[in-house]
Amino acid sequence: MQRNYETVFIMTPVLSDDQMKETVQKFRNFLKDNGANIIFEDNWGLRKLAYPIQKKSTGFYHLVEFAADPNLIRDWEVTFKRDERILRFLTVSLDKHAVAYNEKKRKNKAEKEKVEEKAEA
Amino acid sequence: MAQQGKSEIKYLTPIAVDIKRKKYCRFKRSGIKYIDYKDADFLLKFVNEQGKLLPRRITGTSTKYQKKVAQAVKRARHLALMPYVADLLK
Repeated sequence: MQRNYETVFIMTPVLSDDQMKETVQKFRNFLKDNGANIIFEDNWGLRKLAYPIQKKSTGFYHLVEFAADPNLIRDWEVTFKRDERILRFLTVSLDKHAVAYNEKKRKNKAEKEKVEEKAEA
Repeated sequence: MAQQGKSEIKYLTPIAVDIKRKKYCRFKRSGIKYIDYKDADFLLKFVNEQGKLLPRRITGTSTKYQKKVAQAVKRARHLALMPYVADLLK
């Protein structure tokens, strides 16, 4: 049985744009190769950290929402620990309220963009 | 005589009498079921200037949701969306 999870990870600001994308792709491939379904992805870009981590004050944030087998999570977290480009990561399992909240948030965002597009056109 | 003296005192503005407003849990009232740890601006309402969690007695949050708020703040801190320690946060 698959469960819903959400991971946010922070990459070092030292990476170039391409390197950053490559890192994200690596984790994306990991999920795909292990039979997990990616539901949603969001790149928050370079953000200021609230406190320095490894003497860095900024970082690239990336969010992945996915459905996976619970046994996979252990390996998933290990790959983060082994990757030195990752400053921080957090995986949380989503309950039904969280899933509903995320869906609603996405829907609202999509509608907003539609309205903006219309306004521009 | 004493009663007469009392009635002579008049105030230009009515004295402020504290009306106790009943505290309520904002999550129960507005039907919020999930507290997002990624929304740091919202979570700021539940911490003081040093970035410490405010007690239930001040915010009025119910036990059930106070636990969730605490969990969300801790997650936000881990991801450096909120500080562990700060001064003059607000």
